[in-house]
Amino acid sequence: MNRKKTSWLVTTLLILGSLLILFPLYLTITIAFKTPPEMAGNLLALPKSWSFDNFAQAIEMTNFFNAFKNSAFVTIFVVIFTVLTNSLVSYAIARNLHKKFYKFLYFYFLSAMFIPFPIIMLPLVKQTSAWGMDNLVGLIILYIVFNLSFNVFIYIGYIRAIPVELEEAAIMDGATTWGVFWKVIFPLLAPMNATVAIITSLGAWNDFMLPLVLLSDREMATLPLVQYIFQGQFSTDYNLAFASYLMALAPMIIVYIFAQKWIISGVMKGSIK
Amino acid sequence: MKKKNSVFLIITIPAFLLFFIFHSFPALQGIFYSFTDWKGYGDWNFVGLKNYLNVFKDERAGDAYLFTFKFAIVATILVNIISLLVAIGLNSKIKFHKTLRAIYFLPYILSILIVGFIFNFIFAHFLPQIGDAFGWEFLTRNILGNPDLAWIGIVIVAVWQAVSFNTILYLAGLVTISEDLYEAASIDGAGVWTKFWKITFPLIAPFFTINMVLSLKNFLMVFDQIVALTGGGPGKSTESISLLIYRGGFEGGEFAYQSANAVIYFIVIIVFSVIQLKFLNKREVEN
Repeated sequence: MNRKKTSWLVTTLLILGSLLILFPLYLTITIAFKTPPEMAGNLLALPKSWSFDNFAQAIEMTNFFNAFKNSAFVTIFVVIFTVLTNSLVSYAIARNLHKKFYKFLYFYFLSAMFIPFPIIMLPLVKQTSAWGMDNLVGLIILYIVFNLSFNVFIYIGYIRAIPVELEEAAIMDGATTWGVFWKVIFPLLAPMNATVAIITSLGAWNDFMLPLVLLSDREMATLPLVQYIFQGQFSTDYNLAFASYLMALAPMIIVYIFAQKWIISGVMKGSIK
Repeated sequence: MKKKNSVFLIITIPAFLLFFIFHSFPALQGIFYSFTDWKGYGDWNFVGLKNYLNVFKDERAGDAYLFTFKFAIVATILVNIISLLVAIGLNSKIKFHKTLRAIYFLPYILSILIVGFIFNFIFAHFLPQIGDAFGWEFLTRNILGNPDLAWIGIVIVAVWQAVSFNTILYLAGLVTISEDLYEAASIDGAGVWTKFWKITFPLIAPFFTINMVLSLKNFLMVFDQIVALTGGGPGKSTESISLLIYRGGFEGGEFAYQSANAVIYFIVIIVFSVIQLKFLNKREVEN
């Protein structure tokens, strides 16, 4: 690699391309700070003053902190329980793949990946609302269960590469299966746990369709759903709307700025499997 | 040894039951109701294959299938070409490598719905302003308001977002290719084009297959972008299959009918994925 000279042509092209990605974000930030009269002028111009009025108004109108709390609550619980339970289930399957039942389970979870959500959506919503699950806890449970499909697939590939001798040694020392998993296997799964945590949190934080069809109470709306609900009320007040969008996007962008290296490699690892 | 077995069963049986209750059972219910006339409430009767026959005759459903496929195929091709180019660029010796990679991946972490709302504004207000300023007639009107062009707006947003993930996958493939291969080819006098088709492409073929299949499958399920950009309009010109199932099923009292539609949709997706896999795998072997 080092023998080659830096290609300035490619660098320039990539920088130009990256402007296409940054541009909508630039517009979002500037418009969020502008006032309605400024919208008549050049849209590319910077705002005349950096006032937070739009944000204050958007926070009040959309009850931003409530939606933020809902999104955070769902994401945190989904991530924690997805990692804990999905890794455990994967371990149980991975160590028994020679048995019929576990082999069946493996293909059962795997095949569900090919079933698009709209197929199960209508009956699922009927069922969950009949059982009083049309709330955040129901949302969390569904995410954790649905995540099994993809996670079993990526965890098992990883677990199969861990030598069984490690576990046997621990069992010799008197550890139970339960103890072996939490003390020996789970720590070894750390890189995969990180990958699963990253992919799961992005999925839960940004998902729109499941909250849309499942949640019946507006008070429970997550951040993307709130933007949808208030779309009509924002109407032509784009400054207010963009302040609201920016606040909804900001938490993930901030996390990304600090953790982009891990996020990219996590997603990469999850997708090559 | 017996005890160990029971622990594994205690772990997996609840997982199996939960998955069955919340995933397989609704799927089976959907299939069951697709043979009835249930509206989502009240009484119902078996109607045999009537719903299926009606879906085939339904112009609205036909249009939704046509739109969804047109959108998905165009978006899949564009995403794969662009992300392969970006990945090759990011994999060559460039300045600001880490920053550029982070920027190109950024759209992946953003909510599709909110990105859609932002682009909605760009199409409705920003592009017309540019069109007016430069006297470009074709930009002066909001393309999302034109039944013939609105789908292009949806393709643009979908591609803008999806390039991030596909680039990362291609990049994962490209870094595995040894630099020596290219050097040897250069010594033999191979040009950039030859090097791409004879070295790069065959070696990342498996990634190409995954990317094509995954993007097509995701784009066939398009929903968020459409809700944010057009709501299925103007008219019904950008109503995707997912949106149709959602609208008809929840708002139109067509629970059974849209369940039949969903079953057809499922079969179509499976058939397309299998054909694509077969075709692309064959290419891989030939190469």
